[in-house]
Amino acid sequence: MSNDDFRVENSPIGTRGKAGRGNAKVSPSVAARSLAGRSAAPKKPVKKANAGGRATANRAEKKPRTAPAASKVAATKVHSQVPGASTGGQTGAPRLRAVTDADAQVAATAAAAEAASRTRTATAVPLAAGIPLDEIFSAILQGAQRVLGDDWEGRLAAILSTIRRRVTGDFDVDVFGFDSHVTDIGIAAIEPLAEKWFRLEVRGEENIPQDGGALLVANHSGTIPIDGLMTGYAVRKYSGRHLRPLGADLVFTMPFVGQMARKFGATLACAEDAERLLTTGEIAGVWPEGFKGIGKPFAERYKLQRFGRGGFVSSAMRAGVPIVPVSIVGAEETYPLVGNVPSLARLLGFPYLPITPFFPLLGPLGLIPLPSKWIIEFGEPIRTDAFPPEAADDPMLLFNVTDQVRETIQQTLYKLLVDRGHAFF
Amino acid sequence: MGRVVLVTGVARDLAARFARHLADLAESGSDIDKVVGIDVVPPPGDLGGVKFVRADIRTPVVAKVMAVEEVDTVVHMGLVPSQRGTTVRGGAAKEFNVIGTMQLLAACQRATSVRKLVAQTSTAVYGTSPKDPAMFTESLSPRGGAKTGFPKDVVEAEGYIRGFARRRPDILITTLRMANILSDQVVSPFGAYYQSAVLPTVMGFDPRIQFLHEQDALNVLSESVVDDRPGTFNVAGDGVLLLSQTARRLGKPILPLPPIGFGATASRIVRSMGSDIPPDLHRLLKYGRVVDTTALRDIFGYEPMFTTEATFEAYRHKAKPGVFAMAGGRR
Repeated sequence: MSNDDFRVENSPIGTRGKAGRGNAKVSPSVAARSLAGRSAAPKKPVKKANAGGRATANRAEKKPRTAPAASKVAATKVHSQVPGASTGGQTGAPRLRAVTDADAQVAATAAAAEAASRTRTATAVPLAAGIPLDEIFSAILQGAQRVLGDDWEGRLAAILSTIRRRVTGDFDVDVFGFDSHVTDIGIAAIEPLAEKWFRLEVRGEENIPQDGGALLVANHSGTIPIDGLMTGYAVRKYSGRHLRPLGADLVFTMPFVGQMARKFGATLACAEDAERLLTTGEIAGVWPEGFKGIGKPFAERYKLQRFGRGGFVSSAMRAGVPIVPVSIVGAEETYPLVGNVPSLARLLGFPYLPITPFFPLLGPLGLIPLPSKWIIEFGEPIRTDAFPPEAADDPMLLFNVTDQVRETIQQTLYKLLVDRGHAFF
Repeated sequence: MGRVVLVTGVARDLAARFARHLADLAESGSDIDKVVGIDVVPPPGDLGGVKFVRADIRTPVVAKVMAVEEVDTVVHMGLVPSQRGTTVRGGAAKEFNVIGTMQLLAACQRATSVRKLVAQTSTAVYGTSPKDPAMFTESLSPRGGAKTGFPKDVVEAEGYIRGFARRRPDILITTLRMANILSDQVVSPFGAYYQSAVLPTVMGFDPRIQFLHEQDALNVLSESVVDDRPGTFNVAGDGVLLLSQTARRLGKPILPLPPIGFGATASRIVRSMGSDIPPDLHRLLKYGRVVDTTALRDIFGYEPMFTTEATFEAYRHKAKPGVFAMAGGRR
C-alpha cells in the first residue's frame, strides 16, 4: 500500500485541498456537484481528448491515483472502482453516503481529465499530490523569458558557457593581468553608483580618442580613489574602450586590492609600464597628484597639488600619443577629509589615515560615500607627436607641458564648480 | 681539431638532456668534437656520447679538467634553485650557485682555450615585488625580493659573470635568463608545486606567472653554443597565466593562506601531501614575475615555439588531474 492510499484512508476527508470542496458528510464537492448535473459520463473522455490531445484510456485510469487534490471525495472510490469503471453500478464506501455511484464515476473521470491536462508532456513523472511541477517549470520559462528576452535560450547558453570557462580557467588575461570579463562585470556593478548615486555628468566625451594610444591625466581627490573607477566607467561607457589606470605601488602591495586592480587593467605607475601601454595603443590614465591629491584636507578641495615630476609627459612624448586633461568634480565631497592621524598612518605604512565626519564614528557605515553630484570633463587633447624625439629628455619643455596640463585642469575645475552649483542637490 | 664543450651540472635532467643533444650533434658531423659533462654526482640516466667527469665545480679541479680537455665552450648550467629530491638543496644551494660560479669563472679566466661562455641563469635575477613593472626587460634591475635565497644567488652569479666579461673581453658571453621551466620531464619548482593535491596560495594575491617549455630552453642553449649570440636575453613563453587560472585548469582546489607566515605553513601542508614548495616560490606566489622577450626575438633571433599557455597545457595533459577535473569537464 502506498503512502497515498494510507493518507487518503486515515485522514478526515474534507480537511485539505481547495476551498469549495465537499465536507464529506452531507454535501458533495463543488466539482462533483457540477459534474453530477451532466449525466453523459462517456462524453468526458472525448472532451478530454479534445482538450489535452494526448490522454489515453490507460492514462485516465492511472492518473486519479496521483491526481492533485481536486476531488478527494472521489479519489477513495477511484482506487477500488476505476478498473471496473466502465461497468459502474457498485455501492460506494460507507463514508461517502451523499455521493451517488454515478457521481463518483463522473468525478473520477473528471479527475483523470484534469490530471491529464496538467501533465502535458508524456515524460513528466507525476509526483505526489500538490506539487505542480509543470507550473513551476512554465513559470521558470516565463521568468527566463522576461529577464533574458526572447532569445533567452541562446543567452542562457552563453551565460552558462561563460561560467564554465571561468570555472575551468579557460580565459585570457594580457601581460598586465587585465581580465576584460571581470572588468565589464565590475563596470556594470558600479553603474548604479555612478548614475543614481553620483548623478554623473560627462562632458567632452568626443575628446576620448576612438583608436590609438592616449594618456588621460586627471585630478585626484576624495580620500578613497573612487574617481579612478568613475573615469574608467565614463571612458568605457562613452567610447567603448577600456581605461588602463596607472596606480601607486601601495595598491599592488595590498591584498585583494592589488589583485582586483590588475584584473581591472591597472598597472604600476612607472615609465616602463606607461610606455608599454601607450605604444600598444591603449588608453592609460594617470593621477599625477597621487596621495597628495586624495589625502589633502577638505579645506583645500579643488586646489591642485604638485603634478609629480612630470614623468607622464615624457612617457606620452616617447610614445607620441596625445595627453587628454580630465577634470573631475564631485570626488572631493564623497569623503570630506577633516582630520588625519599621521603617526598611526606611518605605523601602518599608509600615506595618511583619514578622519571624515562619519568614518571612525559610524564604523563601516562611514565608508559609504556621500552622494555628491559629479561632473567629469574630458578636455581637448594636447598633441605630443609634433615635438622632436629628443624633447622627452628636455626637462624645461616637460615642466612647461606639465604646467599647461595642470593649468587646463585647474581652470576647468573652477568652471565646472560654478556650473554644478550645490555639491549635493 | 673540433670544439670541446664543457657542460656543468649534468646530473640535473635539463643539463643531461642538453649534453646528450650536443653529443648527438657532435656525432652527426657538426664542428663540435667532444662534450664533457661535469657534476658532483653521477647522472641518474644515460648520458650517451658525453664524457662524464665527476668533479666539484666549487674546487679548482675544474681548471684542470678544462686544461686537460682543452675546452673551447663552457656551458654553465649549474645555477639552480634549491629543491628537495635533487642534488642541490638547503644551504648547499648557495655554495653550488655562488662559489661554483666563482670557481668556474676563475678557471675560465686562466684557460687559454676557452672562447665562449654560455650561462643559464634565471629570471629570478629580477626578484619579485609589488614595485615591479609589468614586464622586465634585460636592462632593468630588481626592485625587491632579490635579497635572499635563489634570486640573491643569481644576482651575485651574474655580477661575477659581468666582472669576468670585463677581465676577458675576448670571450663571447651569452647569459640566458630563463623563466620557470614546466615539464613532466624536468624537475622544476613549479613542477613540484603543481604535484600537490591542494595548491596553497597567498590570500588576496593572484600572481601572473610565465613558463618556459624545455624544448625552447634546449633550442636556445643549443643555438647559443653552435652560433655566436653574445648578450643577455630573457627566455620565456609568451603571455601570462594567473595562478588561480592554472589551479582551475588543473582542477585542483586552492587553499588561500594568510600572507604572514605563508612560506612555513604552505611548505608544511604541501610536504604532508608528499610534495614540496621550493623556498624561492614563496615570494613568487605572491607577486609573480613576467619578462619581456623582445630581445630574444629581435637580437638573438629565436621565436619561442611554445607560449606560456601551451607549455602549461602540455604539462597538464601529462599531469595527474585534480579532484575537480571531472566536474570541470576539460579534456
